[in-house]
Amino acid sequence: MTTIETHAQASASRDAVPQLLVGIADWVSSSDHKKIGRLFIALSWLLALATAVIAALIGLERITPSSALINSNAAPQLLAVFRFGLVYAVLAPTFVGIAVAVAPLQVGARSISFPRLAQLGLWLWITGVATVIIAIASNGGPAGGNSDMVDLYLLGLAVTAAGLVAAATSAVVTALTARAPGMSLERAPLFSWSVLAGGFAIVASLPVAIGTIAYLYVDHTYARVAFGGNYAVNDHLGWALTQPLTFVFVVMAVGALADMGPVVSGGRQPLRGAALAGIGLVTTAVLGAVTQSQHVLTFTGGAADKIQSLITFALFNLLPILGVLVVLALGALGAKSGKIRPNASFAITFLGVGMILVGMLGNALLNIDATDLAGTVFEEGATVYVSYGSLLAGLGAIAFWGPKLWGRKIADKKVFGAGALVLLGTVLAAFPQYIAGFQGQPNGVVASFDYDGPISLWNGASTAGHALVILGLLAFIGAAVTDFRSGEHAGDDPWNGHTLEWATPSPAPHNNFSELATVGSAEPVLDSKGVSA
Amino acid sequence: MTLALPSAATPAPKRQAMVAVGVLSVAAITLMGGMLSVWLRFRAAAPTRESSDGLYIIKDWLPKDIAIPEVAANTMLTTFFALLLMAQWACYSAKRGHDSHRSLALLVTFGLGAAIVNAQIAVYSQMGIGVRDGAYQTMFYAITATMMILVVTGMVFTAVTWFRSVGGRRDDVEVVNAHALYWYVLTAIFVALWFVVYVQK
Repeated sequence: MTTIETHAQASASRDAVPQLLVGIADWVSSSDHKKIGRLFIALSWLLALATAVIAALIGLERITPSSALINSNAAPQLLAVFRFGLVYAVLAPTFVGIAVAVAPLQVGARSISFPRLAQLGLWLWITGVATVIIAIASNGGPAGGNSDMVDLYLLGLAVTAAGLVAAATSAVVTALTARAPGMSLERAPLFSWSVLAGGFAIVASLPVAIGTIAYLYVDHTYARVAFGGNYAVNDHLGWALTQPLTFVFVVMAVGALADMGPVVSGGRQPLRGAALAGIGLVTTAVLGAVTQSQHVLTFTGGAADKIQSLITFALFNLLPILGVLVVLALGALGAKSGKIRPNASFAITFLGVGMILVGMLGNALLNIDATDLAGTVFEEGATVYVSYGSLLAGLGAIAFWGPKLWGRKIADKKVFGAGALVLLGTVLAAFPQYIAGFQGQPNGVVASFDYDGPISLWNGASTAGHALVILGLLAFIGAAVTDFRSGEHAGDDPWNGHTLEWATPSPAPHNNFSELATVGSAEPVLDSKGVSA
Repeated sequence: MTLALPSAATPAPKRQAMVAVGVLSVAAITLMGGMLSVWLRFRAAAPTRESSDGLYIIKDWLPKDIAIPEVAANTMLTTFFALLLMAQWACYSAKRGHDSHRSLALLVTFGLGAAIVNAQIAVYSQMGIGVRDGAYQTMFYAITATMMILVVTGMVFTAVTWFRSVGGRRDDVEVVNAHALYWYVLTAIFVALWFVVYVQK
């Protein structure tokens, strides 16, 4: 069965239609994976801006929790949009989009497998996101007052998840079946390996959320006896908006870093097995996600109880951290080799994954009973670290693979500048929440709270952080729009790359490769340049 | 290609349809597995009380006036196995190029899918419960309706495969096999659902 599609030339009748409409129709209906991926990324950036604006509004209200900047009825809805936006509008789609755009090129395929499935995934995702936003804005969402809109919220969440599953399936099948001749899974590029592992984790975990939504939807629509009605939606579905499910979505960010490391250090990855294992370890987060459990470390009971608690805590909380640490260490070792070429995209991807690590460590701390952090904004801080860290890593990945998608590259200084703003914004937005969490600021509350500490300082800093993220993202989008349209021509292989995507012209043509190549190692392009193993 | 990499002949197809169905089957398994887990959790959390003679502990999960129509439920299970036989007949025929047998087998597969949906409707009808009647009833409708959505999806898959078959796609062996794989997975899922929802209740 073939899934490669070729497009006929535009018919003459199209000439009569305004060029802009033709262009929009071409993008909306295209089955070219590079266009589908770029639409995912562009829409997720716009939604990231909206999410950060809402976060800043929430932060402003929290500076003086007794004020009434935000209507008290609207506050829970804003929090709901913020939580949903962080995970399903920023974190998840960024790297699903990059996977759809880049993975087929990396594995040497002429197209993504089942392009219409990937396209369906994109439109389901954005329809779901729009539905959720409309529902929450109309007093729906968890704990919403309008029952019909709560139903709509549940429906939208299910559609969003189904879209991500569809797009991830398309990417996973590509990594499994469309690899170039000679490219065994062992020789697959590290990012493609992470697409396989991370995509599979998405396919395995999000349907559990869809199943829960099916129960909640039927119960909420018809009876409201089993699941507690509006106010209990998050009791049953809250796990789909926080850790450890968020870790499932960062696997590809870690894979992108693992892929870039050897390129900037100029040699082959000597510890390739460790990198593959590191990415795999992050995927173990799926176990915690589908069991919907936090696995808290407690120090009560006898020795056997303590050991049991420690083992489950380590399995579910520490293994993903170990995976990220392995990949970060490999990246740092490559940088220390002395052969590293300055590369802004690698730097901000490295720092983005670093932010993800801080979020993961925060989540581990949260799950130690003795810290007494459960129910505080510490949890929100961890989610912000993971989501904004993934956004930052995604900006680095776009700066890295952008030349292959647009044919031009963003100037390094602009990438550094915008990346630094987002990095600073991430730290400012999330770290004060860690401190406020230790001081007891409650989670999921916008107004009418009090604790012993400088409330205005922590929440003011957090608000400034979200504002910086908005500025940094706007700066990056501006740089991308100008430089991808009229910036420096990148050439076919601007970074002296190792993998197959750098062996095709920039931007990659419609069917990616004019002829298929035979792969003899994990770095086929290095082989062709005569670099010894 | 801008770099001199050794060119390759067009590779043999790598069973894309089979792999895609395999991946989506994982999604179906976790979907229904998650729902069954929630079902089991709610059942375990249902309140218990002593029987009037004090000899038994009764769990207040399945309302006492509800009787599970076991004949219809067991018919559904056996229909699934009969359907598998037909789906496998389609694979066998496709592999050997027996076009008429393949088309007939797919048609019967579709019909058996419809029979499963009919049996489910019979279960609803015989039980005579309303979705608004209580926690058990709500959850029963949610989990069985989701299963039926998967069955209807399988029927659509069968219909598409049949149309391709009668349309002259003689080399469609992989799609027929992938279609059978989906029904195998669905049968395994239904066995779990049948045991938890209809046998253990």
